[in-house]
This record gives sequence, structure tokens and C-alpha cells, in this order.
Amino acid sequence: MRRFVLRRAAYAALSLFLLSITIFLFVRVTGDPTVLLVEPGASQADLDALRTELGLDRSLFVQYGTFVRDLVRGDFGRSFYYRTPVLELYVSRLPNSLLLAAAAMVFSLLIGIPSGIMAAVRVGGWWDRGGKIFALLGLSMPSFWVGLLLILFFSVYLGWLPSSGSGTALHVLMPAFALGWYFAAAHMRLARSSMLEVLGSEYVKLARLKGLPEVRVIAKHAFKNALIPVLTLAGINLVLMVNVAVVVETVFAWPGIGRLLYEGIAFRDFPVVQATVLLGGSMIVVVNLVIDLLYAVIDPRIRYER
Amino acid sequence: MTGPLLELDRLSAHYVTGRGTRVVKAVDEVSLTLQKGETLGVVGESGSGKTTLALAILRLLPTAAQIVSGAMRFDGEDLLAKSSAEMRKIRGKRIAMILQDPMASLNPLFTVGDQVGESLRVHENASRRSARERAGALLKSVKIPAAAQRLREYPHQMSGGMRQRIVGAIAISCEPQLLIADEPTTSLDVTIQAQYLKLLRDIQREHGLALIFITHNLGIVARMCDSVAVMYAGRVIEAGPVRQIFNMPVHPYTRALIESIPRMGGGPERLTAIDGQPPDLAVLPAGCSFQARCPRVMDHCREEAPPAFDVAAQHSARCWLARP
Amino acid sequence: MSASPASPSATTGTPTVFRLPRIRTEGLPLVPIAILVVLVFLAIFAEWIAPYNPEIGSLSQRFKPPAWAPGGSTEYLLGTDHIGRDVLSRLIFGARVSMMVGFTAVVIAGVLGSTLGILSGYLGGWVDQAIMRVTDTWLALPALTFAIFLAAIVGPSEWNIVIILGAVYWTRYARVIRGEVLSLKERDFVRLAIVAGCSKWTIMRRHLLPNVANTAIVLATLMLGVVIVSEAALSFLGVGVPPPKPAWGLMLADGKKGLMAGYWWLTVFPGVCIVLMVLAANLLGDWLRVKLDPQLRQL
Repeated sequence: MRRFVLRRAAYAALSLFLLSITIFLFVRVTGDPTVLLVEPGASQADLDALRTELGLDRSLFVQYGTFVRDLVRGDFGRSFYYRTPVLELYVSRLPNSLLLAAAAMVFSLLIGIPSGIMAAVRVGGWWDRGGKIFALLGLSMPSFWVGLLLILFFSVYLGWLPSSGSGTALHVLMPAFALGWYFAAAHMRLARSSMLEVLGSEYVKLARLKGLPEVRVIAKHAFKNALIPVLTLAGINLVLMVNVAVVVETVFAWPGIGRLLYEGIAFRDFPVVQATVLLGGSMIVVVNLVIDLLYAVIDPRIRYER
Repeated sequence: MTGPLLELDRLSAHYVTGRGTRVVKAVDEVSLTLQKGETLGVVGESGSGKTTLALAILRLLPTAAQIVSGAMRFDGEDLLAKSSAEMRKIRGKRIAMILQDPMASLNPLFTVGDQVGESLRVHENASRRSARERAGALLKSVKIPAAAQRLREYPHQMSGGMRQRIVGAIAISCEPQLLIADEPTTSLDVTIQAQYLKLLRDIQREHGLALIFITHNLGIVARMCDSVAVMYAGRVIEAGPVRQIFNMPVHPYTRALIESIPRMGGGPERLTAIDGQPPDLAVLPAGCSFQARCPRVMDHCREEAPPAFDVAAQHSARCWLARP
Repeated sequence: MSASPASPSATTGTPTVFRLPRIRTEGLPLVPIAILVVLVFLAIFAEWIAPYNPEIGSLSQRFKPPAWAPGGSTEYLLGTDHIGRDVLSRLIFGARVSMMVGFTAVVIAGVLGSTLGILSGYLGGWVDQAIMRVTDTWLALPALTFAIFLAAIVGPSEWNIVIILGAVYWTRYARVIRGEVLSLKERDFVRLAIVAGCSKWTIMRRHLLPNVANTAIVLATLMLGVVIVSEAALSFLGVGVPPPKPAWGLMLADGKKGLMAGYWWLTVFPGVCIVLMVLAANLLGDWLRVKLDPQLRQL
């Protein structure tokens, strides 16, 4: 088990390293970084000062070294617009995105898992057919469009729900729905196929041969096994949700890191953009690591992998 | 309680696919009798209907298949008349089954102890503790070392031979009257097969079980079984006491099977094989289904399918050659 | 049953001939194909079909609702936007933008990804490691975030978007193609080619490439939907296709301005178009996946 943990951790560290290099290279190599990293409306003198500060006259290695050193110290740059360190901004907005993602994930699992399981257990029936249509729609409708439609319907026409901002439970409903919609379809699809596979397995057959009641066969033997792939996907998706919520957060003016990224683009606030991408990517790497470890806890077969 | 333990009377089970266009007669007019404590071997090539027969007895056919005609009686009770709740009580408790692949038969997420004790908890309402104790005792009875330790372990931590024993322990946990073993040794190493067969025999003797042993291996049948039924294309084409069948096979297919067993000693000779392939069960020819491969086929065979003729005491064969 | 591209018979080791897989016409998914045909048609003949110039509008005609709604007229069938531009014309021209961006990006991603996937899978060693590390890193970043990042650096323009999307999505190809090459490597016809003395490049070009073509095609169709949604999202956020070009995503962004006032047609119609195109791509991709290679069902 310990070797397993160490190996996965080392792999994650490598990914983080490569991520930082990628971001770094893209900024320094494509176009003139000073234009990006300086405030709009700065003078030529400012540009020159920044150039020396960034060490652009030095070699790439040295620049990268400075870059990493700053990162490790927690210096991700300052936002032009907000005039605060970006890290602070990010950290203050992150909980909102997490909240939204959690709500969306709950929604997607609550809808996705039962409908997927039902579709598999009653394969070919009404539930299955309805599920297929739902899946198709879910995967084809962009989340932000769903959000816009929701606003149109529930805010403009019905006036029930607030169309922007955060604060109350009512504020979360629509963004969570819009964000979770796509994932609900994806989870449903996976739950269905996973359950179908499990239902056809030998151990389910044996469970029936043992004379166990059908409910127990499904709820105990089939369900837990079918759930594994779905939960894995859900874990990966959770982090994905936090990061792709950019558009949904923008539509609903939800104050999360997605909206922060949008503001970075809209206000030409490049340090914000760079930091958000870097932090977002790192988050994904770390969370994937955690998921792998959790997986080992649930599924005993993984623990003993060499 | 006198009378046979299991009686099948012209049982037929068909698969219907392609929205009714394709009918596969997986089990066709099969009649069998099994006494208490008897071991019956069911022999045939793959696709001959052996497994379908077993599932039919337990009424666990997949949705595409159905029992279309015939009768089944277990311990005097009509199995076809039972509701699904009643059948459920019979499965695992009075009739148990072992499947071919022990690794796949065990749920990877639950401990061995949990799975062995499960039937006890469901059928006999045993408490968790008593189920665990009895599971330990069961593991000991199938000769698994360090049984108490094993209870807490998971299936993937065991060897193939051990897993098959565990499956065996599950099968006998509720003291069934009949055990159906579907090719239980096929996926085991040859060295372990003999041990496992001995174990089955011991269990059978100890518990007074009747055993239906499904296999394609005649050697095993010769060692383990009291009587044998040979299946071809869904039909039982010959059945009788083992010694009788081996000494005096009547049906050309049975003969060919016996002759194809390689024998040690007696100089080099070619292995005899049976030419051809089993027929497609959806498009069976008129007449005897073995006609295309039979070395002694006659015109009459192509016209009419033979009924079962009695050759000797309890020895019957579906062949026109056996007509008195 | 459909056929896969011919492989050389194991005995002769003749080079692979790439034939288009034979697809029976019965069972063709008519709906997605019809949708795509219509969209392509609109894209090509936009100038002749659209009633108005999509980029110029008259301010006196702004926010007109569609013809069947109160206040609308048959002059502007689907209404007008906040600058008075005809929605229908913009949608039609938008088809051209979406198709062009979508197809080109998918092709770029596909070519790049397949090439790197084949190189990575076949050559192995440090080439494989290098390419895989890069792929893994890029895959760790969500596509949208990465695309936004790149767009922020190089600035939005139609061509930039195409390149960016190609750059972001090639990794998905590379992964899958590499996997296939790994398993193809063990097959007899490759080994025979090696024994026959073919150079690495020949093997990759003539033997591996045609055999992964199936997978690449299926992947391309599936990716098309994703790419189109990404482009719409990028345009919506303002870093995609720049105005005044009529991209559906941009129309949605503009539409948001009129949303609270209840100008629903500016949001509904562009979205429907996007959904139709993505739906068509997904359905076609699913059908192709089953037809061309049942093994790909895990995708």
C-alpha cells in the first residue's frame, strides 16, 4: 500500500512540474510577455522596468527558476484590476465554486445514478428509452445555454428565482442545474452501462442461484460493483466542474473562480488568467491523486497491486 | 420418501431471438430420472444444451429463453407450478449449483466469509455471528487451511483451486438435496482437478447429496458418476448406468466419444476424432440431428427422428439402430 | 456486416491498401446526416439563401420579435438583434463559421494527434515518454480553461481559435491512437513487415495509418460536437470569434443583453442551432463507432 501511495504521489509531482513548465513556456515564448504582464496603458519606461524585473534578458532557465521560486512562495502576481495578490483573490472565490460544483454534482448524481440503474434493470423499457433521450439531450446542450434558458423561464417569465449573484439557496438552484445537467447525462449513461455489465456477471448469476431475493441481488451484489466506475467518473468530474464552470458562472454572475477567469479576460488582467489556469490545473492533479487513493480504499483489489 | 429425487419428463426449452424469427431448441424433449444420492453425468460438446438444461431445472433461464413444454418434478413437487418466490426458496437451499469459473463467481468486493454465510442468513435467518461460525466450519469441511483467517479475506487473494472450494462451500451451506456442478474442473489446473473431484465425492457421501455433473470429459464421468446422459443438439441421445454405456455404447455418437478418449499403452495409433461440427440449433434437419456426422446413417434417419428405445435395464438410446 | 480496411494477408505481407469501409445504406442514420447536409448546404450557399447581410443592421429595426410573435413581421422571420441585424441571416452565416471552425479544428487536432499517437505508440522509448508526458499534462488542464488561456495570450481571431482548439484537443486523439497502435504492433502483419525489412516509416505510413483511420474518423465525429460547443463557449465569453462575424456563440452573448427584457428569440434560436449540430455530430459519431469498430464501444 505504501509503495502505491508513493508512486502515485511522485507521479502527481511530475505532473505539477510539467504543468508549470507548460504555462511558463506558453507565456514567455508566444509573443511578448511584457505586453501581457503589464497594465493596460503603461508607458514605455514601465515596460522596460518590467522587462528587467522579469529578467527577460536572462536565459530561459533563469526565468523559469524565478517563476517557480515565486510560485512556491505563493506569489502568483497581482491583479491589475483589483490591485490585490491573485492568490488571495483566488482563494476567496474558490469556496463559491466548490459550493456550486458540489450542488451540481449532487444534482447530477441524484438524477444520473437512479435513472441509469433503473434503465439497466428494466432494459428496453420506457425508463430506458426515456433515459436514452435524456442522455442525448444532456450531452448535446451546452451548459450555458441551459442556464440562459433557465433564466428566461424562471426569472423573466415566472419571476421565481434570482438571475444572478449568490447568497441564498434560491441563487444556487439554477446555476447548479445548468452546470450539472451535462454531467447528469454522462453519469446516467455510465451507470446504465456499468450496471448492465454487472448484471451479466457470473457472481450476480451465482447470487441468483443461491436463491437470494432479487432486491438483495441488485441492491447488494450488483449496485456496489456498478457504482465504482460511476464514482470514479464523478470524482474526476467534480474537479472538472469547478474548472469548466467558467461559462455558467459568467451567465449567472456567480462569484467563483470561473467568473474570476472571465473577469481576467474581460479586463485584460493577465496575471489573474495565468494564475487561475495554473491553480486550476494543479487542483486537478492533486484531486486526481486523492481519488486514486480513495479508490484503493473502496476496491480492495487495488491495494495489493504491485 | 420413495420415488426419484428429480424427474424430467420431455422437457423442452427454447431461445427465441430476432423478434420471433429465430428459435433455438436448446433443450429438446429431455427426460431424466435421478435418485437420491445418485451421481448423474451429463456429457456433450459445447452447445449441446447441458448448461441450458441446468438453468432450466432451476428456472433461471435468461429472458430470451423459455421452458415451452414438458414437466419437472423435484422430490415429488411440480417445479413448473411454483411461483418465483417459492423457486427462490428452493434455489441455494434445496438445489444448489456450482459454475465453471470460480473467480468470476465470487463478488470481488465482499469478503469470503460474507459470501459463504450469505445463504445461511437469507434461507435460515441465521444471525451474523452464527453465520460466520458456520461459514468457518464450512471452509474447514472443504479443506481450506486457516479457515478463520480466510473469512476476512477477499476472493482475489486466493488461488483458483481454493476459490472453487469456496464456491463448493457456498453450495452446500444449506445442506441441499441436489447439487448441479457445471464443468467445475474445466478452469482448474490438472493437478488440482483430481483433488477437487475427491472433495466433491467426499461431500456427496457425507451429506447424501445427489449430484448432476455436467462435463465434456468422459474420463471424469467414468470415475465419478453412477449414470450418464449423453446430449447432442439439445437432446439426450443415450442414457444409462455408466458401466453399461461404456461397455456397450449403442448410439454412434456415444461410441465415437468413447473411442476418442486417448488410451495409454497399446502402441501408437491415430486419435480418432468425430468429423464435422454440431448443427446450428436454429435450423435442425428433419430426422435425427446426428445424421450429417453419423458413420452408420441410414435413409430412415433422414426422414424421422428416432424416439428413445430401451436397450437394456435403464439403458435407452435415441437411435434407429437400437430398434428391437 | 461492415468491413474494416483490408490488411495484408499474413502470408504475402503485401502492403495495406486503404479502402473506404463499405457501409450498407440501410440503417444509415438519416436524421443526423440530414441535419449535417442542411447545415453544410447553408454554410456553402449562405450568400444566396440569407435574406440580409449578417453584419449590418439598421438601428431603427432593433429587437424585433420573430414573425409569428406580436410586433413581428415577415420582413425579419426570426427577429432582429440589438443592432437591428436579421437573426435568420446571422444564423445561416453562423453555420458557415461554426462548420469551418469546427471542421478545421478537428482536422488539425486529428492529424496532429494521430501522427503523434502513431509515433508514440510505435517508436516507444523516450519519444513515447516525452509525448505521453506532454499529453498527460495537457489532459490535466480542462480544455476550456486551456483554450481561454491561449486565447488570452494570442488574442481572439477566427484563425487563432481554430489553431487553439486544434492545439487543445489533439491530446485526446494521441491517447487513443497510441493505444491502438500498441495493440496493432503485436499483430502478425506488422511483424512480417519488419521481417521483410520495411523501414519504420514505411510501416507507420502504410500499415499502421490505414488501420487506425477507423478510430480516427470515429473520434473526429465525436470531437466535432465538443469542439463546436467549445467554440461557442469561447465566443460567448468574448475570446472566440470576434464581432461582427456571426458566430452562434457570439449571438448568445449578444442575446444575453436582451434576456432580462424578455427578448427570447435572441437566445433560443442560436442555441437550437448549436444543439442541432452537436446532436447530429454525436449521433453520427455513435453510429460510426458501432459500425466501423465494435471494439470502440468503450470510448
